[in-house]
Amino acid sequence: MSPLFLFLSFVALLSALGVVLAKNPVHSVLFLILTFFTLSGHYLLLNAQFLAAVNIIVYAGAIMVLFLFVIMFLNLNEETEPHKPALAKFAAAIAGGSLLLILVAALRNVSPAGYDPASFDSQIGMVDKLGMVLFRDYALPFELASILLLAAMVGSVMLGKRETGERNF
Amino acid sequence: MTLPVLGWQGLVVLATFGISLLIATYCTYAERVIAAFLQDRVGPDRAGPFGLLQPLADAVKLFTKEEFFPAGANRALFVFGPCLAMITALMSSAVIPFGNFLQFGDTIVHLQGIEINVGMLYVFGIVSLGVYGIMIGGWASNNKFSLLGAIRAASQNISYELAMGLALIAVLMMSGTLSLREITLQQSVAGEWHFWNIAKQPLGFLIFIVCAFAETNRTPFDLPECETELIGGYHTEYSSMKMGLYLFAEYINVFVASAVMSVLYFGGFNFPFQYELRDWLVSSRGLELVTAQNIITILGLVGLFGKIFAFIFFFMWVRWTLPRFRYDQLMRLGWTILIPLAILNILLTGGLITFGVIK
Repeated sequence: MSPLFLFLSFVALLSALGVVLAKNPVHSVLFLILTFFTLSGHYLLLNAQFLAAVNIIVYAGAIMVLFLFVIMFLNLNEETEPHKPALAKFAAAIAGGSLLLILVAALRNVSPAGYDPASFDSQIGMVDKLGMVLFRDYALPFELASILLLAAMVGSVMLGKRETGERNF
Repeated sequence: MTLPVLGWQGLVVLATFGISLLIATYCTYAERVIAAFLQDRVGPDRAGPFGLLQPLADAVKLFTKEEFFPAGANRALFVFGPCLAMITALMSSAVIPFGNFLQFGDTIVHLQGIEINVGMLYVFGIVSLGVYGIMIGGWASNNKFSLLGAIRAASQNISYELAMGLALIAVLMMSGTLSLREITLQQSVAGEWHFWNIAKQPLGFLIFIVCAFAETNRTPFDLPECETELIGGYHTEYSSMKMGLYLFAEYINVFVASAVMSVLYFGGFNFPFQYELRDWLVSSRGLELVTAQNIITILGLVGLFGKIFAFIFFFMWVRWTLPRFRYDQLMRLGWTILIPLAILNILLTGGLITFGVIK
């Protein structure tokens, strides 16, 4: 294992823990952004440049900005945090713990799948190869997903449209 | 595992870094000189000849001012905000191809920090992170005007990123690559008439430049720091060099936006008749091909910086000419005009490529 991988994994785990443990929700969001960064680093180590860039643009750049936006608007902090009853905390601990147990049980005996250096294509994560796969083998799901996104975009434009008779400030 | 940036290429990265800072420094001077010119005033002329040492005087002023923390501010994030704005601004210039290549014997030095095949996505990703500096700083100030500025910046950036990305897709459809170097090289081919992308993408360029104004928070879209409504917007509470870093980051963003527009739409380091000039240097002046190519590269570098400075001037010209938009007008422009136009542009480009009008 390369030292870069170890470093990235260390930071990823640490910042993921920070997301859960931070008292201030804004700090949690910032830790989550750091986690996405380390994940992008992992993608780069796997030679998937496109995925790394898109992960930054979509998750760190757009979705997390909206998270931060909403949290800043709500002005959540320790004083205004609603205190949950002990029963809810207990139930959450059990649910989370059993999820961890299932994951550990499922992954306990898994060994990392090796790859054949002779037939491995190091360009597999590059944008043109990815495009080929998407448009040749997965054309229909890809187009369906794009229609979904287009519908969402048209919907948001419609919501923002000025209606007749609306006050024009 | 060896790092890709060592030796000559490392020097290019350092030079890019230095040039970004130098240009940002002198943008503060240029802004005032151009403002004075457009308003028929004298402008800065006290520090040094023609006021050329004005940026230095400003730096001394900013560094020696009082470091102020507002009450109830989140101190760590208050300091982190301007740092982040500066870091993201400086990172994006690494992939811009400032020139073709220089050859000394066997060494070839590409005048580009790093060549990656998703260069355009890299710039886009870093630009989309730029808003965090503003958001964190605005929130950590514990001031409602700062927070309003930060929230305006966030929604403005997200809205205009969409239109910007869609305008970019039309360029990528023609070039078939995300690498900025490839896009530049495709805009000039030896021995045939070849136009820069601006001739094929006039609508796309218009959308892109409007979005660039919004992404860099420049007038007429500087709503995040709109002083008539929000005192100073996200940097209301900032003083001394932390304030300076925010202003600096804005100028670096202007520089990078200008460079990206020059590369995508105005041929990058290409200039008209470069191949003819190279062949003439070889045949009539008796230079070696390598030397002639180096001369062309340096001329191209100068040409690209000429284009970048022209764009920076345009940014400043607009700032001192157009009044600021209202916030609802800004959002309406982004969502109901620019995005549909950009989608139309994609359809148009697709049609023209299919019928072989452009390639």
